[in-house]
Amino acid sequence: MAAHLKKRVYEEFSKVVQIPHEEVPAKKLRLSKPSKSAALHVDLCKATNSTDALQYLLQFARKPVEAESVEGVVRILLEHYYKETDNSVRLKIASLLGLLSKTQGFSPDCIVDDVISTLNNEKSHQVLVQLLDTLLVIGTQLPENPAVRQRLIEVACKHLSDTYFGVRIKCLQLLGCLGTVDAPLTKDNEGQGMSTVRDVQNVISDYFGDQDPRVRTAAIKAMLQLHERGMKIHQIIYDQACRLLSDDYEQVRSAAVQMVWVLSQLYPESIVPIPSSNEEIRLVDDSFGKISHMVSDGSWMVRVQAAKTLGSMLQVSPHFLEQTLDKKLMSDLRRKRTAHERAKELYTSGEFSSGRKWADDAPKEKVDTNAVNLIASGACGAFVHGLEDEMYEVRIAAVEALCLLARSSPSFAEKCLDFLVDMFNDEIEEVRLQSIHVLREISTHITLREDQLDTVLAVLEDSSRDIREALHELLCYTNVSTKECIQLALLELLKNLNKYPTDRNSVWKCLKFLGSRHPTLVLPLVPELLSTHPYFDTPEPDMDDPAKMYWLWDAHCNWPPSPQLPGRKPLYGLDSVDSGGGSGSVEAAHLFLQQSLNRVSTVQNLEAPGAQDLLDFTIRDLQRLGQLQPELAGAADFSATYLRCQLLLMKALQEKLWNMAVPLCLKQNATATAAARQILEETYKLEFLYSGLESRQVATIHHVRLQAKALQLVLTARTRRGLEPLIGSCEKFLQDVESFQRLFLTELPHLQDSFVEKLLELMPRLSSCKPAELVKILQTTLRQSGLLQLRLPEQIHRATATIIEPTGESDNPLRFTSGLVVALDLDATLEHVQDPQNTVKVQVSELLYPDGQSHVIQPRPGDFRKPGPHRHRLITQVYLSHTAWTEPCQVEVRLLLAYSSSSSSSSSSSSKAGWSDSTDSLPPPEAAIEGTIPFSKSVKVFIMPKPARR
Amino acid sequence: MPEIKVTPLGAGQDVGRSCILVSIGGKNIMLDCGMHMGYNDDRRFPDFSYITQNGRLTEFLDCVIISHFHLDHCGALPYMSEMVGYDGPIYMTHPTKAICPILLEDFRKITVDKKGETNFFTSQMIKDCMKKVIPLNLHQTVQVDDELEIKAYYAGHVLGAAMVHIKVGSESVVYTGDYNMTPDRHLGAAWIDKCRPDILISESTYATTIRDSKRCRERDFLKKVHETIERGGKVLIPVFALGRAQELCILLETFWERMNLKAPIYFSTGLTEKANHYYKLFITWTNQKIRKTFVQRNMFEFKHIKAFDRSYADNPGPMVVFATPGMLHAGQSLQIFKKWAGNEKNMVIMPGYCVQGTIGHKILNGQRKLEMEGRATLDVKLQVEYMSFSAHADAKGIMQLIRMAEPRNMLLVHGEAAKMEFLKGKIEQEFNINCYMPANGETETVTTNPSVPVDISLNLLKREMALGGPLPDTKKPRTMHGTLIMKENSLRLVSPEQALKELGLNEHQLRFTCRVQLQDPHSDSDTLHRIYTHLKSVLKGYTIQHLPDSTVMVESIVIKLSSSAEDPNTKVLLLSWSYQDEDLGSFLSTLLKKGLPSGLC
Repeated sequence: MAAHLKKRVYEEFSKVVQIPHEEVPAKKLRLSKPSKSAALHVDLCKATNSTDALQYLLQFARKPVEAESVEGVVRILLEHYYKETDNSVRLKIASLLGLLSKTQGFSPDCIVDDVISTLNNEKSHQVLVQLLDTLLVIGTQLPENPAVRQRLIEVACKHLSDTYFGVRIKCLQLLGCLGTVDAPLTKDNEGQGMSTVRDVQNVISDYFGDQDPRVRTAAIKAMLQLHERGMKIHQIIYDQACRLLSDDYEQVRSAAVQMVWVLSQLYPESIVPIPSSNEEIRLVDDSFGKISHMVSDGSWMVRVQAAKTLGSMLQVSPHFLEQTLDKKLMSDLRRKRTAHERAKELYTSGEFSSGRKWADDAPKEKVDTNAVNLIASGACGAFVHGLEDEMYEVRIAAVEALCLLARSSPSFAEKCLDFLVDMFNDEIEEVRLQSIHVLREISTHITLREDQLDTVLAVLEDSSRDIREALHELLCYTNVSTKECIQLALLELLKNLNKYPTDRNSVWKCLKFLGSRHPTLVLPLVPELLSTHPYFDTPEPDMDDPAKMYWLWDAHCNWPPSPQLPGRKPLYGLDSVDSGGGSGSVEAAHLFLQQSLNRVSTVQNLEAPGAQDLLDFTIRDLQRLGQLQPELAGAADFSATYLRCQLLLMKALQEKLWNMAVPLCLKQNATATAAARQILEETYKLEFLYSGLESRQVATIHHVRLQAKALQLVLTARTRRGLEPLIGSCEKFLQDVESFQRLFLTELPHLQDSFVEKLLELMPRLSSCKPAELVKILQTTLRQSGLLQLRLPEQIHRATATIIEPTGESDNPLRFTSGLVVALDLDATLEHVQDPQNTVKVQVSELLYPDGQSHVIQPRPGDFRKPGPHRHRLITQVYLSHTAWTEPCQVEVRLLLAYSSSSSSSSSSSSKAGWSDSTDSLPPPEAAIEGTIPFSKSVKVFIMPKPARR
Repeated sequence: MPEIKVTPLGAGQDVGRSCILVSIGGKNIMLDCGMHMGYNDDRRFPDFSYITQNGRLTEFLDCVIISHFHLDHCGALPYMSEMVGYDGPIYMTHPTKAICPILLEDFRKITVDKKGETNFFTSQMIKDCMKKVIPLNLHQTVQVDDELEIKAYYAGHVLGAAMVHIKVGSESVVYTGDYNMTPDRHLGAAWIDKCRPDILISESTYATTIRDSKRCRERDFLKKVHETIERGGKVLIPVFALGRAQELCILLETFWERMNLKAPIYFSTGLTEKANHYYKLFITWTNQKIRKTFVQRNMFEFKHIKAFDRSYADNPGPMVVFATPGMLHAGQSLQIFKKWAGNEKNMVIMPGYCVQGTIGHKILNGQRKLEMEGRATLDVKLQVEYMSFSAHADAKGIMQLIRMAEPRNMLLVHGEAAKMEFLKGKIEQEFNINCYMPANGETETVTTNPSVPVDISLNLLKREMALGGPLPDTKKPRTMHGTLIMKENSLRLVSPEQALKELGLNEHQLRFTCRVQLQDPHSDSDTLHRIYTHLKSVLKGYTIQHLPDSTVMVESIVIKLSSSAEDPNTKVLLLSWSYQDEDLGSFLSTLLKKGLPSGLC
């Protein structure tokens, strides 16, 4: 299709250009169009037998057809169709008709009649199927045409009684895609000679009982299709759908589950009777019970479907919901308590969990044999089954469903806790990870008991890093009930730290959150943890335990003031560790930011030195603001960088060199050239390092870049002799201006009184004038144009990266045999990076030695994880290699953000929308400018390649 | 009515020596051929004299099917086939065929070499017996003879355990063997399609139990082992060589892997090595996880589990040892237990049921002082844990299987009578089907109502479909005319014409004639015309012709008119119709008897 489009585009393009010039090429074009159908006609006539014809058709199908010639081709095909006796050829023609009617720009309503008439004469079932399929395509192409729709529906109804299943399926599809509920549909029951008024749903639901399972499935799917198209499904079919849940065929059952679900969402509150009793329940409860039943179906596809569906039935009554976790245990006809119940009882009785008594799970009371319901009606134990399922797909679906249901019902969350904790022990890592995530999501509703916490904490020893980190994340959000729990968690986390030192950051963060969540529980533990018993009041506590400190400090922030503690303030000067919590309100800061920017807009009215000072101060203010107010850091940085560009530009323009004669200023312009280059660099940073930019800001940035380019051009003109290079760069510049205009057409009104606006006014003159003149114009425009005011978007974030590992603190060099490869573990967090898989790269460069090599490595996509919104985690290995050195030396590792200007043009939304229609007027896209921006602090790693032993 | 007879020779209201005879459609099938662990005399094998007093069994049995390799399901096989005499086919799955002889040989060694029994089957007999075995694949339909076909389904329980669907004509029986509806660490769950057998013969070991989720038990087990290891203690897990042992190995192995533990795990050698080899081979019979990961690594190639040597028991530091046998009554597990019993840091975990009288049973009941041989006593200081890891379906699982297979009758074996009684009641109440639980030697007869397949000629079918509207409506039965030909065991429904042709008979026409007297003052021809118009107005949609030879034809019914000699006003109508048009004919005659309406011209 893309190729086809492109072809069309070029064709039109060439047409536009060539017609005014001469007649001949246009004629050629016109000739080529009918030639296609003509060629087909000739081919088909030549075909002596059906295989040949089929071959021709197959070849023909590979080539695209223009919209104008489609109809001609269709006529030829139909003509051949009537003559053809071979089924396969007719089939192919029928399928081609469908393909052709999809051609863009071709309205297929003109061939509806033909297709329908062929349909009526067709005997072969397979061809019928294909023809109906073609009609389906036509019908979906013409959604607005009620006449065609009505006709197609009639055709479908007529053929519904075909003996071949495929025909019936297609008819049902047609009805599903085109049928309307409001328009009643007349169908003749020939047998009785009576006619009854029935609507599409009635007709479709008749086929719920078809003898062929495929037709049954298609009927349900058609009904679902009706629902998707916004028709209201009648409640009458609920019973039928429920009966289909026990169909022999899995695809029917699977579709029926969907159908029942749809109905339960449509009529949750209506009342249905329970068979074999006088009671009545809500429909949503009834269907919930029925779908729960499907969780123990024989086919795992159905089980997955059912488990997933359960998660979205939020209106179900709590009573039913809680049944899903219920499984009455029984041993030798005696009621037995589940392990969960026992654990809870032990806990509530205050006894320390022994769990080691033989037969402490001994059955207690005798069960009334009549009361035991082995096939639990309704929802009983659905999730118990789902979570124990053989297939991990089912288990994951069940875990996800639990999550959804628990989020909407706190009491259910409390109940499913035990089950989720059990899933931490699943054999498949994916399931374990998923259940940890789920527990985190519902953790606001729940408080962990000590025994539950114990089980959760056991997972901290897992060797998989993902699992451990997910668990840390979970602990950050967990509520626990007692101080023993806190202590337990602390001990386990420290143990975890011992075993896996790489988890340091994550563990610290976890401790911090844990502390700040439970200030009151931490309080009684403080003396013990800090060993500040008055008895051993040592002059200076040990500071070597940063983890503990971290945790305490954060808890401390939330403590109520208490007399027995040394005052809040002097807690061992740990403020510096923290990034500085709340100081001053965000609104105030925001106001300040706005004011600064407004102030800058007056800069044009000021004299040169005053203006520069104002900019200088504002930049300083903004930078400080960014440090103080992390929420606004992105915006502040962005504005500061923008202003710096302006400042540089201003400085460059106020150099003395402009007043000098050209030959004299050769040496003087070094600063101006440097400034121009720096502005260019900064604009790339502005464009690609910040996320949340709108096209308005992008336009502003490009504007600055254009100014810098103009400056460069002027400078080259002033320094270099000879016109040849100048002509090239002038043209380049004009192209840049043009592409700017194209990209930011919608933004141009906002750029009033700016450099670009003036340029565009002068454009007709510019494109025709000589380079020298152009330079002169540019120079004056540059100096006249003022500062474009920056308007900040709602949210703006600077992409940052922090390398956690390697830390760069180690004095031990990384030894390896020279010439071979050493793997350096790299662990970094990336914030606000869009699409890190493609943009983030690792740079490794040598420092000390003169060869100063530098490599850029692209990490694998699988190395990126996404722990939270706007946050990515890069865990990868960097392979280093080198020839021998005499002594250890440092290499520098840092992260780069790669960009290319071609991606910029497609990323700005305005151009993307207009891409397809503007292609014709576009010159080939300019060569993309690619580059990288370092966006992390570099880390130095000591390495020592040793000579290989021979 | 045809019947299916089921007679348990063993496992009827009992656990052990499973052996069930089924007669279905004239075929006799023996399901399982096990031994009883509790007896050492003749009672340990099924009583084959039930089948025949003397002579070989071959002529009485069409085939033998073994569900899995546990001795209570296959222990008597060499005895039956070689000593009693049976040469017919024996079916079992591939893993069962591989592992079964190992266990039989082990069993033989213990009985003959250790207990010194004579008149027992020999190694050669085991080999000869295994030569008669035909292996089965899952879901493969095997044609035993022209009429009898069997098909195996996955049953969980142990490696290679299968349920069998036995079918003769349209009658069928499913025998489950032992099965497990909940998956475990190395095997999947039992599954069967909706085959709607006449009888489902199911085990019912846990007829009155509904089990807790496996996860709790696994977690408890792992936690206990982990805690002991961290304390520096030793863990002894007495197991039987096959089945649960592998599950526990996988469980510990993956746990060790996950938690990065270093303490050694040992497995006392013996037949386990051989059996483990087969576990590695039959990956397709294991659960999803093992099947999916075996390309990277076969889970049964243990990294952390090593072979045990007697001397290791005295090594310092923590360790986990799996040792046989499972009830601590003899052998290596007992030796190790004696060494470690004195230290309270250590732990013994009993993963299964222990028979009364064994040391396992004693310590589980809390006995802390054991008397050993030579009047020495042993102080049991170590911790004793019990962890049930059973692989039978519980009551819910059995019900689930019934729901899957939708049998018409249910028959329970392999369980205790009292417990069966309860389950029987439940099944009858919830599924509304008959449930039987015969004791050993009792025959249960189930009459079936098989559907009889009839071939119908395509032409006839098409014709009937064309006649009565396009699609069969399930709500309205439809009659069709045809001739049923029964010839040489085959039933065919053909059109009457074809039947006549095939049988070489001539068609006989059966015609009814009827006279109707009519008072009509008009002339003959006028009367006939009046009749014609009358009929025309009444019978719309029928072809009515007035023929020149003064007859009226309604479809194929001929109406002739003659006036009687005496009274010209009394006309006599002659109606004649064939048998096929009986309905229309009698309608016409009654219509004409009423006379013609006066308004006609």
